[in-house]
Amino acid sequence: MTDSGGHADPAYLLDSSGPAAPPRDNGELVFAAPWESRAFGLALALNEAGLIDWEDFRQALIREIGDWEAAHPSGEGWSYYECWLGALERTAGARGLVDPRALADRTALLAARPAGHDHEHHGRGGHEHDMHNESPRHP
Amino acid sequence: MTTAADHIDPALRAEALASLLIERGLVDQATMDNFIKTYEQSVGPMNGAKVVARAWTDPGYAERLLADGTAAIAELGFKGPQGEHIVVLQNTPEVHHVVVCTLCSCYPWPVLGLPPSWYKDPSYRSRIVREPRAVLAEFGLELGDDVAIRVFDSSSEVRYMVLPMRPAGTDGLSEEELAALVTRDSMVGVAEAAAP
Repeated sequence: MTDSGGHADPAYLLDSSGPAAPPRDNGELVFAAPWESRAFGLALALNEAGLIDWEDFRQALIREIGDWEAAHPSGEGWSYYECWLGALERTAGARGLVDPRALADRTALLAARPAGHDHEHHGRGGHEHDMHNESPRHP
Repeated sequence: MTTAADHIDPALRAEALASLLIERGLVDQATMDNFIKTYEQSVGPMNGAKVVARAWTDPGYAERLLADGTAAIAELGFKGPQGEHIVVLQNTPEVHHVVVCTLCSCYPWPVLGLPPSWYKDPSYRSRIVREPRAVLAEFGLELGDDVAIRVFDSSSEVRYMVLPMRPAGTDGLSEEELAALVTRDSMVGVAEAAAP
């Protein structure tokens, strides 16, 4: 985007060794799982469309994080993007963009899919399945 | 409404939310994918590194950068969400700056990309304020007692970026070579710029 050094080439980006490695690599991918990038992209798309106010979203995020920290003093089980997603659900619900009951119904419907359904993959991050009864490999 | 406390697989929650919003025509997959790709591949600390290298080599630019970070950063073509009001903090031999967002994760996206996980972690967000010297030491940055540490808390209005000190022995280096020494961590303030 910003120079002729080939930074947009994914192969270059993944080369985290050597003096030419982009400092932003630092051995860490931006998103740890596809759903994190989905939650991120959703928030930015809704903001760009003017459907949510970013400061409203930020306040919701602060509340989600504060609530989580109050309930988990040890810090165990922390997931930033779960807070992000919770804030997005709240903000979209408050704006009337999505009906909370419809969201719960859709979530239940997706959870009831048989194992090995055609699950979408995005990006190069890992694939997390903590609660979801699904085989990690597609048959 | 589902919340993070319900322990429903977040992948399902994100998929459900996206599918409903897409069906209503409120967002589209291509727009989402474009944002994701941008922040995965195009916007990151290499932007901030160019800003720092320019400031190290062009005193006039450094002056503009410290006076109005957002405008000087835009001179190099870097702008966008979370970059509306960037304030640049200049490190000196006497004063070291380090940045945090105690409440959430405010961060100057146009110059640093999305924040690393440790920046968002509850531990960093609380401890860097209480015991900055100890936390910096854990990052490998041992500062002398004669160096004052100033912690800046990003907010809804202001996003901070640190201008690290130019390393010694870099007089002959080009701007591009200098940029390669500027790490993400040095622009958050948990490290110094790398030695050549």
